[in-house]
Amino acid sequence: MNPEPSEGAALDIADVSHNFGQRAALSNVSLRVERGSFTALLGPNGAGKTTLFSVVTRLYNNQHGRVSILGHPLDREPSRALARLGVVFQARTLDTDLTVAQNLFYHASLHGIARRAARDRIDVLLNRVGLADRRNDKIRTLSGGQSRRIEIARSLIHEPRLLLLDEPTVGLDLESRADIVGIVRALVREEGLSVLWATHIFEEISAEDDVVVLHKGQVVARGLAGGIGEAGESLETTFRRLVAEPSKAAA
Amino acid sequence: MSNASDSTIAAAAPSSSATSAKPVPHLGRLDFVGYLRALGGIVRRELLRFFNQKERFFSALVRPLVWLFIFAAGFRNTLGVSITPPYETYVLYEVYVVPGLAVMIQLFNGMQSSLSMVYDREVGSMKVLLTSPYPRWTLLLAKLIAGVSVSIVQAYAFLAVAWFWETDIPPLGYLTALPAFIAAGLMLGAIGLFLSSMVRQLENFASIMNFVIFPMFFASSALYPLWRIRESSETLYWICEANPFSHAVELVRFALYAKFEPLACAVVIGTGLAFFTLAVIAYDPGRGIMARRGGPAGAAN
Repeated sequence: MNPEPSEGAALDIADVSHNFGQRAALSNVSLRVERGSFTALLGPNGAGKTTLFSVVTRLYNNQHGRVSILGHPLDREPSRALARLGVVFQARTLDTDLTVAQNLFYHASLHGIARRAARDRIDVLLNRVGLADRRNDKIRTLSGGQSRRIEIARSLIHEPRLLLLDEPTVGLDLESRADIVGIVRALVREEGLSVLWATHIFEEISAEDDVVVLHKGQVVARGLAGGIGEAGESLETTFRRLVAEPSKAAA
Repeated sequence: MSNASDSTIAAAAPSSSATSAKPVPHLGRLDFVGYLRALGGIVRRELLRFFNQKERFFSALVRPLVWLFIFAAGFRNTLGVSITPPYETYVLYEVYVVPGLAVMIQLFNGMQSSLSMVYDREVGSMKVLLTSPYPRWTLLLAKLIAGVSVSIVQAYAFLAVAWFWETDIPPLGYLTALPAFIAAGLMLGAIGLFLSSMVRQLENFASIMNFVIFPMFFASSALYPLWRIRESSETLYWICEANPFSHAVELVRFALYAKFEPLACAVVIGTGLAFFTLAVIAYDPGRGIMARRGGPAGAAN
């Protein structure tokens, strides 16, 4: 296998557009997630975040523009690009009738990981998300927050270098939400993982994070979370202003 | 292996600048060995789900046994079967109907797999499968093989129970029927896979059952030999002849008596390939249903 190119951003999305029939879901979206960084993709419901994730994960064909993952173009080297990508989808995607370990082994096999290597990796990851004692429990017996932590463990099984999370804390209580954010931030800090975190919850974003604001399929702002607004303006106020202006302009 | 990769992670960790992160090897393999592991994992998951759902196992078994014990017993005197290949003598109706019922299990299973594909799409676990790094057609093939594995377990469970019912199958037949069951299962699974790409919601699935399973099953040689149908209607006879399910039944029927039926084999393999190709096109992110209908359910946000 060729080594991974050491050049290029963890995720490079350049000029991506996507239409559903006549409706434009994404228009000329460009963004970069640098290696080892935490980038927040902020946008209201319907902004196009999930569509963008579907293009990056190749669930949708890339109609216009380019996507590269760690230097591997998605259109020319889809296997190498996807092999280094971990995803936590918005919808719950674990098999509720199977145990935690069975779900994780299944995912390991989808990446061609041998059973013994998978067993070692599963031990490490279950400890990492604090659920080693639930290894043989069925998913249906876990809480929403625990399922999410298992989904994060699952997304890391194949040692991806880029992790995409699509609103991973939706529907969780405050404590579970803090757990999930803490686990992912530790991965960035301690393992140099690159993360793109889609959300509309401001509390999950720190001032030093890179933020890209998506609205109606277009990038309307980008920069450090603490610096994209006007002086003295909170991120929430900036965001509300940004997503309100186009509609006012249209009206 | 994990030790090595952990140390690589550690080397790439916090101090590294944004663009100088060390290359990290992918834990899995993208070659054929890796694919075989993926195939094994997909088959294992399907079997685990099947054995977890005990009702599904028993209903799959009870349905053909009801046909065999009740329907066939009732009709044995009115539906005598003359000597037609592969049989070398007159056979009882129960004997005639066993291969058709075994393939009926595979028909139901093919549709059940198709139902679970629609379900997987609705709950999102299809996305997990499709983001695996292997080419999409190989993932669909793996899904197909997984469904066939389940259907073969069911078909042999039925044959084991039917054995007590004087079904007259030679011991070698159980072995020679295996490739026929695989071919028939792949064909019916491929039809199911294609149908799953056409059905957007789970609720629409009942109509598929009515419009596909029952006509396929009844307009075939599963329950009665085609020469008998020809006596009553030439048109119906040709419909049954054109029905790929008839050929799947005949392929298995001959194989159960250690005989080979080349026409049936050609039709079953050809139909399987055709529907599998259509399913691959339908699941292609650029051309098929995914692109037209906004992808896996709930994703068009």
